[in-house]
Formats: sequence, C-alpha cells, structure tokens
Amino acid sequence: MAELMIDAKDVTRNFTISRGMFRGKQQLKAVNGVDLTVERGEVLALVGESGCGKTTLAKVLLGLLPQTSGTVELCGQPINDVPRLALARTIQPIFQDPYSSLNPRKTIGSIIALPMKVQGIADQDSMRRRVEETMDLVGLPPRLYDAFPNQLSGGQRQRVAIARALVNRPQIVVCDEPTSALDVSVQSQILNLLNDLRNELNLTYIIISHNLAVVEHIATRVAVMYLGRIVEIADTDTLFKDPQHPYTRALLDSVLTPDPNMGIPNNQLGASYPNPIDPPSGCSFHPRCVNAMPHCATVAPNGKADGGHYVECHLYDDAS
Amino acid sequence: MSEINSKTLESQTKSSVFRRRVFGHQGVMIGAAIVLAAVLIALSAPLIAPHDPYYQDLLNRLVPPVWDSRGSWEHILGTDHLGRDYLSRLIYGARISLLIGVGAALISGLIGTVLGVAAGYFGGRVDMVVTFMITVRLSMPVVLVALAVVAIVGGSLQVVIMVLGFLLWDRFAVVMRSSTLQIRSMDYVAAAQAVGCSTTRILTTEIMPNVVNNLIVIATLEIAHAIILEAALSFLGLGVQPPLPSWGLMVSEGKDMMLFEPWLITIPGVALFLLVLAINLLGDGARDITAPENRN
Ligand SMILES: Nc1ncnc2c1ncn2[C@@H]1O[C@H](COP(=O)(O)OP(=O)(O)OP(=O)(O)O)[C@@H](O)[C@H]1O
Ligand code: SF4
Ligand SMILES: [Mg+2]
Repeated sequence: MAELMIDAKDVTRNFTISRGMFRGKQQLKAVNGVDLTVERGEVLALVGESGCGKTTLAKVLLGLLPQTSGTVELCGQPINDVPRLALARTIQPIFQDPYSSLNPRKTIGSIIALPMKVQGIADQDSMRRRVEETMDLVGLPPRLYDAFPNQLSGGQRQRVAIARALVNRPQIVVCDEPTSALDVSVQSQILNLLNDLRNELNLTYIIISHNLAVVEHIATRVAVMYLGRIVEIADTDTLFKDPQHPYTRALLDSVLTPDPNMGIPNNQLGASYPNPIDPPSGCSFHPRCVNAMPHCATVAPNGKADGGHYVECHLYDDAS
Repeated sequence: MSEINSKTLESQTKSSVFRRRVFGHQGVMIGAAIVLAAVLIALSAPLIAPHDPYYQDLLNRLVPPVWDSRGSWEHILGTDHLGRDYLSRLIYGARISLLIGVGAALISGLIGTVLGVAAGYFGGRVDMVVTFMITVRLSMPVVLVALAVVAIVGGSLQVVIMVLGFLLWDRFAVVMRSSTLQIRSMDYVAAAQAVGCSTTRILTTEIMPNVVNNLIVIATLEIAHAIILEAALSFLGLGVQPPLPSWGLMVSEGKDMMLFEPWLITIPGVALFLLVLAINLLGDGARDITAPENRN
C-alpha cells in the first residue's frame, strides 16, 4: 500500500451562528463526520454544490481551521501536534481568487520569497535565486520580479500563487477551485501547469472544483460531498462510468448533455439546497432524491465500501 | 501570455507615476502648499517673526493692520490690546496649533490603531471589549469632557495634548477595525497563515500596509479636529494659557473689541480656517494617492 499523506477520521467542523441577540446561537455543521485518506501521488478531487463544506474541509486539512472533533493525520502525525513551520513545509494552499490571494502592497518577488523568509533558511542571494527558479518553473518571466500584483493578469497572478505554494517544495498542495476565477482560455494553461508540476515535483493534490470536466481531466480519485459529508468516493474512471449515489448521478447528468434537442438536462435536483443549519433527517439528500425510499427520511445510511468505491446510500444496503 | 502591458512597466519609473498621481490632484497641491508653509513658518518662527510675540508696547495698542489707513509697516497685522505684534503672535501661534494637532493625533492614532486592529483581527471577545470601549467613548461629549478635565487639572499645552489625544481615538479605532476586518478575510492573509507566518508578522506585513492609507486620512481629519478643539478650549479660557499665542486664545482676547477692531478675530480666524481646510485637502489627496488600485 502506498504511503498515506492524509488520514482524516470522523472530522467535524461546526460554526456557531448567532441569530440575533435574543434568539440564541446555533451550530452549523459545515463538515460533518468526514473520513478521508489521500495517498502519495494521488490527485483527489472534491466536488459538490456550493456551501457543502469543501472549503471548510480544505482549511481543516491545511491547519487553518481547527476541527471541532475527529482527527487529521498528516504523514502519520496528528495535525494539531505538527509545529507551524513544519506544517507549512508539508502542505500548501492555492486559492480560488488570485485577486485576493496576493498582497497588493508587495512585489511579486517578495510574495514568492515569503515562505522562505518565514522558514528562515536562506540568505538574500539564494532566496532570490530560488524565487527566480520557481518563477521559471511556473512560467513567469523574470522581469515581473519587481512588479506589483495589479500589473499582472489573472493567469499570471495564479502562477504567482502557485509559485508561492511551491517555493519550499511541499508534499501536498490543496487547490481550492484553482481555475474558476480565470478566463476560459487561461484555465487549461493553469491546469496543465498543475499537472506538469505534479509529475516534476512528485506532489499530492487535493483539488476542489465545480467543473466536472476539469475533474475528469486531472483527478485520479473523486470524492463527492453533500451537506458536509462525503457521500461517494471512487477512482475517477469508476465514478464517471458507474456513479452509484443518486446525487453523483444527478451531478453527472447536469453536465452531460447528450442531445442538444433535449434542452437543459433535468438533473432531478429541483428541490432547493437545504439549509445547512437545519439539515433534513435521515439521509440528508432525501428531499431531492429520485430514488428515495420511505426509510430514507428517518434512517441515515451507513457507508459501504466495495474495494475502493465508497458510497453512502440505502440503495446499496445489503438485503437482510 | 502577452497579458502584461510591458510599456507600463518599462517606460514609467515609479517616481514619474507618483508625480503624475500627485499633480492630478489640484486640491492636494493647494492643501500641501498651505500645510508646508504653515510647518515652515512654525519651525522658523524665531527667524521670521518681526517682533517678540510677548513684548507689550502699551503705547502702541490696537494698531490696525497695514491695509488700514491708520496702519503702518512696523506692525503689518497690527497689534493687540496689549500692544503685542499680531503677525509675530500669529506666527508663533502656528507652532502651538500644529504641535497640538500632531501631538493629539499621534496619541489618539496609537490608541485607536492598536484597539481597532486588535478588534478586527482577533474578533470574538477582544472585539466585544473594544466595541464597548468605542461605544463608551462615543457617548462622552468631547468638548464637555475636555472642559471638565482641563478645569480640574488646569490648562496647559501638555494637558490639552493629552486630553485631546485620549479623547479623539474613536474614529481611528472604528476605521481600523472595519478595514482590518475586511483585509483579514482576504486570501493573502490565509496564505500567509498557511505559509507559517506568526501573528505579529501577519499584522505588520500583511494587514498594516493595507490599512495604513486609511490611517493617514483619519490622522489628517483628527489633526484638524484637534486644532479646532484647542481653539475652542482656549477661546473658553480652558485651553492653552496666556500669554502663549494660541490662535483660539487670540480670538478670545479679541472678541471684546470685535465691533471696532474686527481684524483681531478675523486674522486668527482665517488662519485657523485655512490651516484646517488645507489639512483636510491633503488628507483627501493622501487617500487617493495611497490606494493601491491607483498605482497604474
Ligand atoms: N466562517 C464561517 N462562519 C460561519 N459559517 C461558515 C463559515 N465558513 C463557512 N460557513 C458555512 O459553512 C458551509 C460550508 O461552507 P464552505 O465555504 O466550506 O462551502 P464550499 O463547499 O467551499 O462552497 P463554495 O463551493 O461556494 O466555495 C456554508 O453553509 C457556509 O455558509
Ligand atoms: S439513502 Fe435514500 S434518499 Fe439518500 S441517496 Fe440513497 S436512496 Fe436517496
Ligand atoms: Mg469554497
């Protein structure tokens, strides 16, 4: 078995929502009991609707948000015990919006050098050399070294963000929708870059994306999230050929339009996304599920793993 | 990837961009000129004042300014009710106004920035405490509190600076809190955390540089505010004490003779007005110039 880079067990992250002075507080379970393992060299895609907790899960894995309960192990060590700097050397984020991820007051050179400065491992000269190497690696012309972020295009900014994440050669990179804020023409460049870098630097990726075409293109394994839970995980090929969870099927239907005359595909997701403060009982997908059975509304399904294919749905309960 | 406009980068040096941005704002230029003049006058007061501002020449009391038919070049702006040269007093008065404005703004800026940035960055309980302090502070009428304190402790230059400094931090705190709150949610702050930056480093290199332009704007507002409040306190006899030549005190001393010798109050009044206006103009311009989106 390959080396486990991330091993998350029953991870939960709640947010306290205050509903005004006299109405008390409520817990929003943004991530609700997630089990997840990522092996070295994998590209794990995290898909799901807006608000299902992908970013929150990513932030927990990055150590940016403490989990409410559960454990996360990073290369075999509990994440809460890993010192800040060591954590930063292991796992790095790339954010969605390259307009918000670069400090507008700093030059590109000093943005990319920051991780090295913080680690305090290099002198000025070798830092500069390393920054220039990394800029070259991600396809940024050296003349941008002294430029400010607002002089760069979105694609270039995202390359800067990638360079910053990679300059200390981390092992895991978490990309939160790395291309969705970019021009279509630039998206594939960035994706190819991420792909090349992975091979070159032997990286492990967690990629969050709305775009299933992107996922199919780049991921080796896909995890589908719904309302804070992972409802299905499988290898990319398996998942796209043989989706099992009704939600996964609906997601796939919503992008594959087989016949233009058929119009917009009916993905059966007519009922709106539930309020995460007050999730539905039983299987939280049941109000929108085309296959819902009577007990789906009362009994939460247990996960069932068949080889590497995990699914959480009563349709696959063993007959008993 | 031809996304970059290479002309922008190469043909414009930083200073030329900066200059164009400055000259684009006439208001700033006017404000800057007046403020600069006031600062220079204040600094070189002993060199340029034609007379000793404290010397009383009782035989030459209430000499009108030079443009009046009874005026003379000896006392360009005339003399006050004790025969002191008005121009010299005005020049020395600039020192007091600027000293109080800058001193009070420094103290209040320090207090307000620390409180506001802490509240915005840490949130939670820290924020609750700071917000409460701001509310308490806002519920105190500045002039009344200042009057009361000065009446108890006694007025002097230092007391006025301290009192105003401890009273005028609310706007700093409110603005720093909300702009910190906004910057804190930017991804570059999360990126800095993920890269392993300490809280101190994040505050000093990621947050502060992005909120400091607001600080400049508020600082100019509060300098102007403090100058006006000092004038008001001095006018009421509870600020800077005579014989110091504060502009507010000059107005106060001249008010009894307002009907027959109106220049006694118009001259320091106009000086106050111009200085405060100029500081505000400068503040407006400073905000426009320092905003990073204007860098191109
Ligand atoms: N700081 C926070 N405070 C309160 N609630 C939050 C906070 N962050 C996220 N949430 C809530 O947690 C849920 C999950 O949010 P999250 O950002 O993880 O979703 P997401 O899957 O990344 O969505 P998107 O695709 O839109 O980025 C949402 O309902 C959101 O409103
Ligand atoms: S458990 Fe029931 S409601 Fe939930 S997805 Fe499966 S069939 Fe649908
Ligand atoms: Mg998100």
